[in-house]
Amino acid sequence: MKKKVLAIVLALVMVFGLSVTLTGCGSDGGDGYKVGFICLHDENSTYDKNFLDAANAACEELGVQAVIKTNIPEGQECYDAAAELVDAGCGIVFANSFGHEDFMIQAAKDFPEVQFCHSTGTKAHTEGLDNYHNAFASIYEGRYLAGVAAGMKLNEMIEAGDITADEAKMGYVGAFTYAEVVSGYTSFYLGAKSVCESVTMDVSFTGSWYDEALEKEAANKLINGGCVLISQHADSMGAPTACENAGVPNVSYNGSTVDACPNTFIVSSRIDWAPYYVYAITAAQNGEAIDADWTGTLETGSVVLTDVNEAVAAEGTVAKLEEVKAALQDGSVQVFDTAAFTVEGKTLSSYMADVDTDAAYEKDTEVIEDGAFKESKFRSAPYFDLQIDGINLLDTAF
Amino acid sequence: MSKVNKEPLLHITKRKELPMKQTWMIRIGAIIAALIVCAIVTMLLTGLDPFSVFGTMIYGALGTERKAIILFKELAMLLSVALALTPAFKMKFWNLGGEGQILMGAWATALCMIYMGDKIPGFLLIIICLVAAIICGAIWAMIPAFFKAKWNTNETLFTLMMNYVAIQLVAYFIILWEVPKGSGKVGIINQTTQAGWLPYIGTNSYILVIIFVAIITAGMYIYLKYSKHGYEISVVGESQRTASYVGIKVDKVIIRTLLLSGAICGFTGWMMVSGVDHTITTTLAGGRGFLGIMVSWLAQFNVIAMVFASLLIVFLGQGAGEISTNFGLNESFADIITGIILFFIIGCEFFINYKVHVRKKSGKEEA
Repeated sequence: MKKKVLAIVLALVMVFGLSVTLTGCGSDGGDGYKVGFICLHDENSTYDKNFLDAANAACEELGVQAVIKTNIPEGQECYDAAAELVDAGCGIVFANSFGHEDFMIQAAKDFPEVQFCHSTGTKAHTEGLDNYHNAFASIYEGRYLAGVAAGMKLNEMIEAGDITADEAKMGYVGAFTYAEVVSGYTSFYLGAKSVCESVTMDVSFTGSWYDEALEKEAANKLINGGCVLISQHADSMGAPTACENAGVPNVSYNGSTVDACPNTFIVSSRIDWAPYYVYAITAAQNGEAIDADWTGTLETGSVVLTDVNEAVAAEGTVAKLEEVKAALQDGSVQVFDTAAFTVEGKTLSSYMADVDTDAAYEKDTEVIEDGAFKESKFRSAPYFDLQIDGINLLDTAF
Repeated sequence: MSKVNKEPLLHITKRKELPMKQTWMIRIGAIIAALIVCAIVTMLLTGLDPFSVFGTMIYGALGTERKAIILFKELAMLLSVALALTPAFKMKFWNLGGEGQILMGAWATALCMIYMGDKIPGFLLIIICLVAAIICGAIWAMIPAFFKAKWNTNETLFTLMMNYVAIQLVAYFIILWEVPKGSGKVGIINQTTQAGWLPYIGTNSYILVIIFVAIITAGMYIYLKYSKHGYEISVVGESQRTASYVGIKVDKVIIRTLLLSGAICGFTGWMMVSGVDHTITTTLAGGRGFLGIMVSWLAQFNVIAMVFASLLIVFLGQGAGEISTNFGLNESFADIITGIILFFIIGCEFFINYKVHVRKKSGKEEA
């Protein structure tokens, strides 16, 4: 009996021993510059897939090594992940979710020699740390363009007699009720309104960035409530799938969903994070300063539209989008032109926005200049949080 | 030609208690079998060298000093919940409400930190948070216990439902506390003042948390094994009638034990907010209220065995993350590996408790 026990113990020791020795070479991949990435979910989320694709593209372009940690919750796990990436030798660490911000700031304070970049965050410009940076893109311009495509589809439906002009109601599935989402759905709506004057929109919130069942349910609710076209700002395939099942056209986000939804996908806007990653990694490698707040634009290639699905989109969409895009770039069209929208029936001439994040939500900065609401000018992350006329919020518990 | 006495191919009988040595051999055998199956699955599904995958798991859990401390911090958190649930389980009171009891402790801590952060000096605030967390956790467990003791309601459903009440309550307060408005995130509480935070040892409070849980572990061991309360819990668990007959007040024992169970869960919530995360979310407990049940059962309510059961589960979890980082595999693959290992470990208990007889060859049939 004793022999048997001994044999088993020996076998175990060998198995573990072998594993440990192999570990030495297993985890030591190359000696190039290392870049860390922290993602809230994995490639099953359209939002995270968009980041992961950009991370891999940027690292390949620069010939650096990406070390990616997925499924990192918005808690101490984010700090731990950042610290482990520093231990692994990363010179710069990126995180992708809004709730990661405070933990990234904590890490930036503890590891001053490493650069920390946080997408969608709002605090870098007031935090004053040399190694902590925010980035976003003027995605409201992309959403505006996507909205133009949506408006053209509505016009086509009106002309074909499928709906009347009054029935041109869109639905929008949003995650939360803060500026990042408000700015997105408002710009989408204004894009549609720029070509289809009678359009209205219902917005339903899920209170989660990734909940496939809730997003699907919200889209179905909007469809049942008479919405004839759906768009979304939440990260699962819930809303596009609901649209495909119901045969309702969908303007997507974060990337093309045409493979899953060939009969309803029109177009999608997305942020291409690769230009920012290339910029920040290069700066970190060369020891140059990185902007505390970096805003990608149409020019930098950060705001992009996917290919238009001509099977679903209205005729002439591609040409029209080119035209509007050029107008946005030369400044002849501004997304949040105060002449294009009203709040409680009035045109705005002044608005104080909460640009410097604080617990009291203090409105601190005048953001209307030269007849337009200047989004992403005073910090990269959106601060447009006005409830404009024509948009009806259904459930605002979040 | 037909056979009258057809003996089934397999039949199962309950074993008498096996000697310690043999039970451990079965367990070790199960782990080896699990590793072999994992290796085969890894090779078939990914074409990777299974040894490097195992190696990466070990590296992910223990590879650096930081990883090791994180591993033990995670172990402490899970063990603390398992310890909290155990006295209730020993009494055959199925407390599935660990998740909610932890959240209530966390909620109370966050509440005190937010509203008293700038009014009360640091050390006192920590104590206030602690007391509030323990009370809230205990109340959350006592409600179902009271109903069970008075009206014999079903505690399984009751404790489970209390989880959802706690989650919604926390969700409501997150909307009150969120920054910026509408984002659904509270962020780090008192990030600049660190009011209500457990003191750091090095760059965090993990070691302090580990020490706290070590103390609870020792305390629970003594409580269950040597105290009169511990004995009463065992008797109530064996048979409530016997307990009544020998003069134990069953109602009192149920409520008292659940107060303790909830208090330790609340304490765990306090450690999470004050010591580790410094924020509150509805998912803060991270499923530990349920994982703790597995730990407690896996260890058969033995406090010392629970340390190892927690270690196993936390080790698998921490190692799994490294697999996805290193090999670009989806987290789901790590879940498959974890699932296989747990399946074998839990499954082997069957072979410890039961004996499987295989039908002997037909020629040599005996009476």
